[in-house]
Amino acid sequence: MKSASNGSGPKIGFYICHCGTNIAGTIDVEAVREHAAKLPGVAVSKGYKYMCSDPGQEMIAQDIRAQGLERLVVAACSPNLHEETFRKAAAKGGLNPFFFQMVNIREHASWVHEDKAAATQKAEDQVRAAIHRVRFHKALEKKRVPVHPDVMVVGGGIAGIHAALTAANAGKKVILVEREATIGGHMALFDKTFPTLDCSACILTPKMSAVKGHPNITLWAYSEVTKVEGYVGNFKVTVKRKPRYVKEDLCVGCDACIDACVFKEAKFPDEFNQGLSKRKPVYLSFPQATPKVVTIDPKTCIQLKTGKCKMTCAAACDRKAIDFGQKEESKEVPVGAIILTTGFDAFDPKRHEYYGYGRYPNVYSALEVERLVNASGPTGGDVVLRDGRRPEAIGIIHCVGSRDEHTNKWCSRVCCMYSLKLAHLLKERTGAQVYNFYIDMRTPGKTFEEFYDRLLKEGVQFVRGRVAEVNDWAMTREEEGRLVIRVEDTLAGFVRRIPVDMVVLSQGLEARKDALDVRRIFNIGCGSDGFFQERHPKLAPVSTFADGIFIAGACQGPKDIPDTVAQAGAAAAEALALVDAGHVEMEPNTSRVVEEECSGCKSCVPLCPYSAITFDEAKKKASINEILCKGCGVCAAACPSGSIRQNLFEDDEIFGEIEGVLS
Amino acid sequence: MTHHDKKGAGRFEPRIVAFFCNWCTYTAADLAGVSRLKYAPNTRVIRVMCSGRVDPQFVLDAFSRGADGVLLGGCHPGDCHYAEGNYKTLRRMRLLERMLKDMGVSDGRFRLEWISGAEGEKVKTVVNDMVAKVRALGPLDLPGKFKDWDSELEGLARSVHASSKEAAHVR
Ligand code: FES
Repeated sequence: MKSASNGSGPKIGFYICHCGTNIAGTIDVEAVREHAAKLPGVAVSKGYKYMCSDPGQEMIAQDIRAQGLERLVVAACSPNLHEETFRKAAAKGGLNPFFFQMVNIREHASWVHEDKAAATQKAEDQVRAAIHRVRFHKALEKKRVPVHPDVMVVGGGIAGIHAALTAANAGKKVILVEREATIGGHMALFDKTFPTLDCSACILTPKMSAVKGHPNITLWAYSEVTKVEGYVGNFKVTVKRKPRYVKEDLCVGCDACIDACVFKEAKFPDEFNQGLSKRKPVYLSFPQATPKVVTIDPKTCIQLKTGKCKMTCAAACDRKAIDFGQKEESKEVPVGAIILTTGFDAFDPKRHEYYGYGRYPNVYSALEVERLVNASGPTGGDVVLRDGRRPEAIGIIHCVGSRDEHTNKWCSRVCCMYSLKLAHLLKERTGAQVYNFYIDMRTPGKTFEEFYDRLLKEGVQFVRGRVAEVNDWAMTREEEGRLVIRVEDTLAGFVRRIPVDMVVLSQGLEARKDALDVRRIFNIGCGSDGFFQERHPKLAPVSTFADGIFIAGACQGPKDIPDTVAQAGAAAAEALALVDAGHVEMEPNTSRVVEEECSGCKSCVPLCPYSAITFDEAKKKASINEILCKGCGVCAAACPSGSIRQNLFEDDEIFGEIEGVLS
Repeated sequence: MTHHDKKGAGRFEPRIVAFFCNWCTYTAADLAGVSRLKYAPNTRVIRVMCSGRVDPQFVLDAFSRGADGVLLGGCHPGDCHYAEGNYKTLRRMRLLERMLKDMGVSDGRFRLEWISGAEGEKVKTVVNDMVAKVRALGPLDLPGKFKDWDSELEGLARSVHASSKEAAHVR
């Protein structure tokens, strides 16, 4: 299949991957191979079933050595997938890895076009572009930059806790930043976890205290990241530490100040208990809060609002921990890697007006019920309704804010299982008749289906159908004073009215309301569903498009505790692999100034978002700091004298591509 | 590249050069592929790290080499991987559009689109829409026009030359 080198210039080797039938099924790979063979400079033109496989790479390396190839072009999948692979193959053959150009004929051609002739034509055009361009390539080297060994974890739910502990146990210094007053996240709200029904607090709180006691972990609760600068291995993170009006190092969480507060009665909705109980302006979220430090809420504290309180709390504290003069602080820390574990928001059931949440007091959100059944919750685990009654019949409505065109299209993955768990707990605590209204039961997980079976045997009722409405319009005696669930029972084939005393809405999981702001701070992406976008859904599930920034847990998409913990471990491992290497290799696509051609006009200087360009007043020339440059090429495009060159994206190379594509 | 597809009974197939930034639009096109969306095969993608790397000269060069359309895809405002490269793109390309108009290249032959890495679907709709519109406009054939203009200029030069001779004669 070898052809003689056509024309002068560097000897080019061209390879086209069939990718099984992924490419060859739509593109006439033989025609493209032949087309390439005739192009000037091409000395070798070959096709192979799987270019990325070992034999494929070996073939390239051997040809480079045997034929003295000076450039390499591979038409295969996306460079985002295999550019590195073929660069390595080039290096193996003794060729500088940057004498290589990749052509994407799979994601950008064979997978998206049906017309074979047109797809083949497109492949040929793109191949020609690469062959034209690669001639201009220069030998480059990746630069090595040392890496800061510390790791930051943002978000102190179970994902963040696990990631922080894993990295800290490996000997790394970890800074764990949590926005709330305590770590623990959603998991701290739960009484039991599915399907094992083990006590959530019993498995979570030891990990929380491990975080607090770990010599390698610095815990910054009640704090938020406001700015991230730098790049992989060398981030500079600014963290805002909000004032608690309590000195963290002095407070022991003894509650003396809470008892002494001028508010004798707790008056304000307790966020931790989902508003089912009240707290005072000075409060501790829950007894195991970590750090165990009280917080004063500036929105309700009289002293902070008016400055005219007797401050009995401060007087009651024998450690003098209360400090009304505390100010917000901003800290800057260098870290090498960042793990984002910012979790999810539960769907607000008010958005489904027809379920009556917020209108009927006995319609509850699932999170409220989690607190209600919790032994340390507002009622000590006693299930009594807002009107003081004990429910005799309870309806649990699945998929509230999930699998719904009008709100969220996705399945939230955990609701079927937690609904089963709540059904079990409610039945156990109240002896009530419990109905589950579901669209499909989704129980894929270790021992999940068995748990469903168990519930069926326990006598929980299952009605298949999406509930149309919850109202209190009684049509019969039995319905009077109760809530009526109207649903089409799709198994029985008719519409039913089921009177109950309590309705539980199984809220779906959504991205955090401020996920868009957060992702901008960290320069990562969000999917159309709002969750943080992973670099690759299968092969890089905890990486992002920003090198050195990893994601884990429900901020990436709905998931249960075991999956969250598994991902958190994976993210910690990725972060460790990065910081442990001691250095990172940077893509050499930076820009540089060709001094002789620089006219000293300074137009590039203000363009650089990283302040990498400075002006040498003595020489009257601009110069680019290679370490600060991130390789966007904005300056190269703007330089009026064309004296800024971006490696791998030089003008010659791009013009070569344009010419190739259109010739 | 052929102007006419083989089976399309001589239907004009526009040639569109697409500059996609690596982090958003190129990734979105990858996603369209992974999702097996189907769209018109008329674009030829040139990858740049940021839409801000695109020098207006690249666009002009593409047109002058026979492109019927040029598509430039970048991250949404505020989302550029390099903070603000796409703002620079926007400013630059608004100026370029004016210039293109003077050259008789308008009506959406040049298009700037913000397509995020998650918007595979948008790659499909934008490409399909642009191909349909440019197809309706017909070939641009700037190289051909250059030739016409050149010969027009030559003719003009000749007549100027001739008339100046004549003038000399009269005097
Ligand atoms: S990286 Fe996409 S526009 Fe700058």
